Amino acid sequence: MDNIAGRKPALTWVVHISVAALVLLWLFPTVGLLVSSFRTSDQISSSGWWNALFPAEQNLVIRTAAPDSQLAEGDLWVVEGNLFALDGREPLTVDAWGISSRDLGAYQPGETAEFRDGSAITVAENGDYRVESREEMSGSRGQRVFLNAMVPPKFTLENYDNVLFTEGSGGGMKKAFFNTLTVVIPATVIPILIAAFAAYALAWMDFPGRALLIAAVVALLVVPLQLALIPLLTLHNQIGIGKGYLGVWLAHTGFGLPLAIYLLRNYMVGLPRDIIECAKVDGATDFQIFTRIILPLSFPALASFAIFQFLWTWNDLLVAMVFLIDSTGQTTVMTRQIVEMLGTRGGNWEVLATAAFVSISVPLLVFFSMQRFLVRGLLAGSVK
Amino acid sequence: MGGLHPALQGLVTIIIGVGGCIGYFYFANQFLDRVLYPAKGPDAGRNINRANMIRPWLFLFPAIFALGLYLAYPVVATLRLSLIDNDTGAFVGLEHYAKLTGEAKFWEAIRNNLLWLIVVPALSTAFGLLAAQLTDRIAWGNLAKSLIFMPMAISFVGAGVIWKLVYEARPDGFEQIGVLNAIWTAMGGEPQNWLTIPLWNNFFLMIVLVWIQTGFAMVILSAALRGIPEETVEAAIVDGANPFQIFFKIKVPQIMSTIVVVWTTITLVVLKVFDIVFTMTNGQWETQVLANYMYDKLFRSFDTGMGSAAAMVIMLLVTPILVWNVYTARKEMR
Repeated sequence: MDNIAGRKPALTWVVHISVAALVLLWLFPTVGLLVSSFRTSDQISSSGWWNALFPAEQNLVIRTAAPDSQLAEGDLWVVEGNLFALDGREPLTVDAWGISSRDLGAYQPGETAEFRDGSAITVAENGDYRVESREEMSGSRGQRVFLNAMVPPKFTLENYDNVLFTEGSGGGMKKAFFNTLTVVIPATVIPILIAAFAAYALAWMDFPGRALLIAAVVALLVVPLQLALIPLLTLHNQIGIGKGYLGVWLAHTGFGLPLAIYLLRNYMVGLPRDIIECAKVDGATDFQIFTRIILPLSFPALASFAIFQFLWTWNDLLVAMVFLIDSTGQTTVMTRQIVEMLGTRGGNWEVLATAAFVSISVPLLVFFSMQRFLVRGLLAGSVK
Repeated sequence: MGGLHPALQGLVTIIIGVGGCIGYFYFANQFLDRVLYPAKGPDAGRNINRANMIRPWLFLFPAIFALGLYLAYPVVATLRLSLIDNDTGAFVGLEHYAKLTGEAKFWEAIRNNLLWLIVVPALSTAFGLLAAQLTDRIAWGNLAKSLIFMPMAISFVGAGVIWKLVYEARPDGFEQIGVLNAIWTAMGGEPQNWLTIPLWNNFFLMIVLVWIQTGFAMVILSAALRGIPEETVEAAIVDGANPFQIFFKIKVPQIMSTIVVVWTTITLVVLKVFDIVFTMTNGQWETQVLANYMYDKLFRSFDTGMGSAAAMVIMLLVTPILVWNVYTARKEMR
């Protein structure tokens, strides 16, 4: 089976490098969002997220202490201190500085600049400064100093705190999170049972019309759910369910059933015939065979479908918008909330990135912990 | 159920739903065996046969009911809605369809959908095949696969946000925070609003779906590649075939049927694509697609006739795949 990689080491390296490139390309966008969710909005808008891991040059504007702290030193009036200490900032290293917004980095650390009023300022690398004047200085505010400083990479959990725990400003993601959970769990559990019984009948019971029913399930597998929106919403309104959780649970159950039946039947058909026939000879009824033998043996297929349905209902936007979310917005789900944020706070990447990551994190967790079942389900669903 | 907290409501529904299902199956089964056709008395033999004839339908009933109500009935109901007047309910024939074909936005959606149908399945399958072939050859292949497969778990909305950040544009002179513009300006270009450039923006949206679907294609195709009998490949090596000949002339033809399955599955996803467009452009700047067009008609202009007609167009496009799937499924069962 040695072919493309072959026995040639050069070609092996090409394969390693291409796979690495492909993986990086595929990861890059997601990592960008993840990194952005740990940055402040200033950081996000001042540099690309790929720079977040390196120190960044930042422009700061800091005022020196006000003239009322000046001291007389011989024939000079002097204000001294440290620029970073003034605002309670953390100490940085000054690369260059200036006294005019038109020429930000005009002076090197240690050089002296003169203000228009005749006073002079010296700024050292660590932010220590000294303003000297021959006359007593006046005014209520200090001089403005523009600094170019290297800021070390810094990450914050503040965004998560805002999005999850602050009412209002974060956009109510906490509530949306629980709403999503409320939609997902029943919508995953209920179709499994219904489908399991049907799949058993289609796999192991003999009756006229079985082939036709299987064909119908295969056909319904591809019916776009778009067709179901208006007729079912009308129906829900007529029988009094209206828009709400019950409606969305029922809708997800209906839409998930074809795949559930199809996957489970394909799996159950493959179970060994001997076991089932032995049980029948021993006098087991169909009901007993199903609950005691088939169901436990089908666990991998049940798990596959459960993961599919979980991912699909968690990530769904359309079904929730049509069957669940009413005009009060009390029952909004995370996907809908994020779309709303894109509209109203399209520029607030720190909030958007964090909200998106909150909603992505649970499916990713499920994905990485249960990938085995997901892959098995996919294979059962499309390769025969 | 109105006063309860939704989470509690959910719990109650699970209990009622699951309990109801188990109860239904158990008691219906008991009823059949004990009351309706008891397996005793003079008719015992005949009764057992009768019960066994009914039992499958008992097991199938909830599923058939749900499938019928939630998937089969809507097809008919939507067809009906597309043929009647919105207010009076009078039969209007193909009037909605005629109005549909008179709208420029509709043709824009059709054009874009066709573009999507060509580009997304082709690129996803090609990348998937490439990734499957390459990762099968190396020690850390499974890790690589898992990472390429990961976008599959991410919602279309989440993916929309992720890629919006990639396409983000800042005015000229500002630091670019979107990767694409950062690269573009580094190469000397002017910053672009990628999602607002007609025609091209469609491709920027398609990339999102390709990014998601490649993992799916890779997983399926990788399993198919492993299923290829080694002798065929060995024979080719003995005959002096080079790696590329082996891949394209020996391997690909043997997994052709799987490639078709992958292609059609992704085609189905493409036909229903809604969330990505809704999240990223909402059909503006000539990026409309059928599913989003339909949503616009139904829930923004509240035009059920036009919306249903658009839905039927999607159904029409899906039908060939539906027929093909049923045909292959029936062939395999024989």
